[in-house]
Amino acid sequence: MATQTVATATTGQPEIHYLNHAKGLKSWLLTLDHKRIGLLYLVSVIFFFIVGGILALLVRAELFEPGQTLMSAETYNHIFTLHGAIMIFLFLIPAVPAVLGNFALPIMIGAKDVAFPRLNLASWYIFWLGALTMLVGIVTSGLDTGWTFYTPYSTMTSSGVTWVALGVFILGFSSILTGLNFIVTVHKMRAPGMTWSRLPLFVWGLYATSIVQILATPVLGITVLLLALERIMKVGIFDPALGGDPVLFQHFFWFYSHPAVYIMILPAFGVISELVGTFSRKGIFGYKFVALSSVAIAFLGFLVWGHHMYVAGQSATASTIFSLLTFLIGVPTGVKVLNWIASLYRGSIWLRTPLLYALAFLFVFPIGGFTGIALGTLGLDVPLHDTYFVVAHFHYVMVSGGLLAFLGGLHYWWPKMFGRLYNEKLAQIAALLIFVGFNVTFFPQFILGTQGMPRRYFDYVPEFTTLHQLSTVGSWILGLGLLLVAAYLLHSLFKGQPAPANPWGAGTLEWTHTGRIPSPHNFERTPVVTRGPYDYHLAEEIFGNGHGDERRTPTVTPAQGQAQH
Amino acid sequence: MAPEVDSLFQFWALVSTIIFIGVVGAMTYFVVRYRRRRRDEVPEPVKDKKAIELAWIVVPTILVLIVFTWGFRVFIRLYTAPPDAYEILVYGYQWYWEFEYPNGVKTTNELHVPAGQPVKLRMTSVDVIHSFYVPAFRVKQDVLPDRYSSLWFEATKPGEYIVFCTEYCGTQHSGMLAKVIVHPREEFEEWLESAGIPEDMPLAELGARLYREKACFSCHSLDGSPMVGPTFKGLYGSTRTFEDGTTAVADENYLRESILQPGAKIVQGYPNVMPASYASLSEREVAALIEFIKQQQ
Repeated sequence: MATQTVATATTGQPEIHYLNHAKGLKSWLLTLDHKRIGLLYLVSVIFFFIVGGILALLVRAELFEPGQTLMSAETYNHIFTLHGAIMIFLFLIPAVPAVLGNFALPIMIGAKDVAFPRLNLASWYIFWLGALTMLVGIVTSGLDTGWTFYTPYSTMTSSGVTWVALGVFILGFSSILTGLNFIVTVHKMRAPGMTWSRLPLFVWGLYATSIVQILATPVLGITVLLLALERIMKVGIFDPALGGDPVLFQHFFWFYSHPAVYIMILPAFGVISELVGTFSRKGIFGYKFVALSSVAIAFLGFLVWGHHMYVAGQSATASTIFSLLTFLIGVPTGVKVLNWIASLYRGSIWLRTPLLYALAFLFVFPIGGFTGIALGTLGLDVPLHDTYFVVAHFHYVMVSGGLLAFLGGLHYWWPKMFGRLYNEKLAQIAALLIFVGFNVTFFPQFILGTQGMPRRYFDYVPEFTTLHQLSTVGSWILGLGLLLVAAYLLHSLFKGQPAPANPWGAGTLEWTHTGRIPSPHNFERTPVVTRGPYDYHLAEEIFGNGHGDERRTPTVTPAQGQAQH
Repeated sequence: MAPEVDSLFQFWALVSTIIFIGVVGAMTYFVVRYRRRRRDEVPEPVKDKKAIELAWIVVPTILVLIVFTWGFRVFIRLYTAPPDAYEILVYGYQWYWEFEYPNGVKTTNELHVPAGQPVKLRMTSVDVIHSFYVPAFRVKQDVLPDRYSSLWFEATKPGEYIVFCTEYCGTQHSGMLAKVIVHPREEFEEWLESAGIPEDMPLAELGARLYREKACFSCHSLDGSPMVGPTFKGLYGSTRTFEDGTTAVADENYLRESILQPGAKIVQGYPNVMPASYASLSEREVAALIEFIKQQQ
């Protein structure tokens, strides 16, 4: 059995790996190791996810009945705003790239680290500086503008917009620098033989994301800075009372915030590709299309921001052009889903927790996609805009892209991060709870939206009560599932069974060429890559058909251990 | 317009559901059919098939172009008012709607329209961005400060239809509700004739009407319960304690200041969120409101 293999392999000598080669808080806070920085981000984003999640439960609890249930309208407006702002800026945007990307990207391309390790650590500190600046504003005066900060409300409200805007400005640098680091790393640090067409699709996804991070984030930075200036110095760019134009703010804001959707979703596409590839033990159907369409989407994503503004007062001509472009970007995204499904065809499918999350994604994400088509359609967006249909739509996209892909990736790389397995049965139950809870929470919101229920409403007319209650019950199921995940992962962290080096029989370098926990510099010697990431039929080092190539697996664990799940 | 929007929606829903069932069905079938049977099983690679890839790029492209074109035509119809439309002015306030008819009559939170005639709304906001949404008519348009936006509809059936504000506009955003009241054509004319406020309406009566029409009720109760703002019950003559610790007796001048400059003195325990737009009330209207508040003992 796998565990015995590991046990015999580990009893001989104490392993030196990236978790134990240096000890103490200082060794973590000053680390330059991309894997440790990934874990620093992991703790950070999980902290903010818990905060944002509790806020979400409060929002749903308040909406259990019409009228005041738990809190005042004022408090509710603060809470839904903070839920959005925290989830987007402090969880969704950093989650997959900064946690999973930092941990896995350098190993996947056969590098010792990212190109600029110090800059990488600096990004994490900048992230916290931005987060704390945001928190100063939130704690002292709250935030009640919605995460979108629409002017002129945001220039008039007495809540902490200025501090939060500055926080978002600072956070942007963290995002930009991480993107820059990844782009240089992918260009310059690939191992011999790691050609562009042999890059794992997760790396392609991160590469495309990095382009968006670098090009779009500065626009957000400028926008929130102008907003802060408007509040402090009354410069009159957005506020009509000062001669400004409030719709200009919306253009600026969505010019970033639509591409930001791709910052959240493109790395998720990458994670899904890895999961589908590994657990069906087959190449991704249309690898080239999946890889290059991510990059194409990254650029096209800049041309569709106006589809958030069909009823905002922009010209009908502009709306028409934005609508057409939106459809053109929708097609490659849809085709990716078909590619993943086709990859399962005649595969060898192993239903393990990470794949369950990928399958959940392949169920949830198309619903987000189809409803996105409805919202991109000029005539349909008019009644649906700013209703619960939109709320449900972006949760179907963000939660599938952000949360399901993140959880799938976390469960996939967990054994590599900590060298331990988690309880598979509990993990499958939790995945099911999350899937059911999510759909029960958000599907009724589509129906509410078609019936006209507007978003950001503290109170509602009694006709909507039943669907709101269903949605709130769903949020409890979802919360329960997430609680279960926290429980068994914590258990695994301290008491989990030791994991073999390649528990999934995966074909990428972090599984085939590192120890059960990677060493501080990942590889004993630089690996030489001779095949594509999903060429399982050529992966002798995993399956030992013929002779396992020991020269290329310089680790303590015999890689053949893997085939014995 | 509603039937046109709805048939497009149904087309979209039908096509999406069929494709979705196909996709999830294929996924489920593959997962069951090709589940791993042996641990060291390595399936033969499947070659990329150009024809399949091309087909599933071309077919969705055609489908979305159909939806786009259809949506475009509906959109143009939704936003092109017939030239003979009956025009009503709409003002968005935090947090109520005011409507002004061609003969100068104004109503608050009740938009009266004739059935069977196109109605065009020319809309602007006095403060922040609002959005005028009538779900039953499938129309929506943001209402912006410092410029006009417009929408039109033709109500076919007399009755009452709810209006929501769908652009977040602050504390009482969800309380910013109105009604479209559709009258049979001839009754509408009658209503319009009788709707004006007589100039000699007694102050207290006018105050009660303003309390309702200016949506004071959404923040100030009459039964003593605290809402977003303090209750009007027993307000006149009581001693108020403010955020800075000072106190004052609520006399006529205090009430006047609180209506016209709501931020001047903030009562302890309440947020400073009352809109400044009440500064535009006439002297007589202010006096009427004060009279009304004085009666709430």
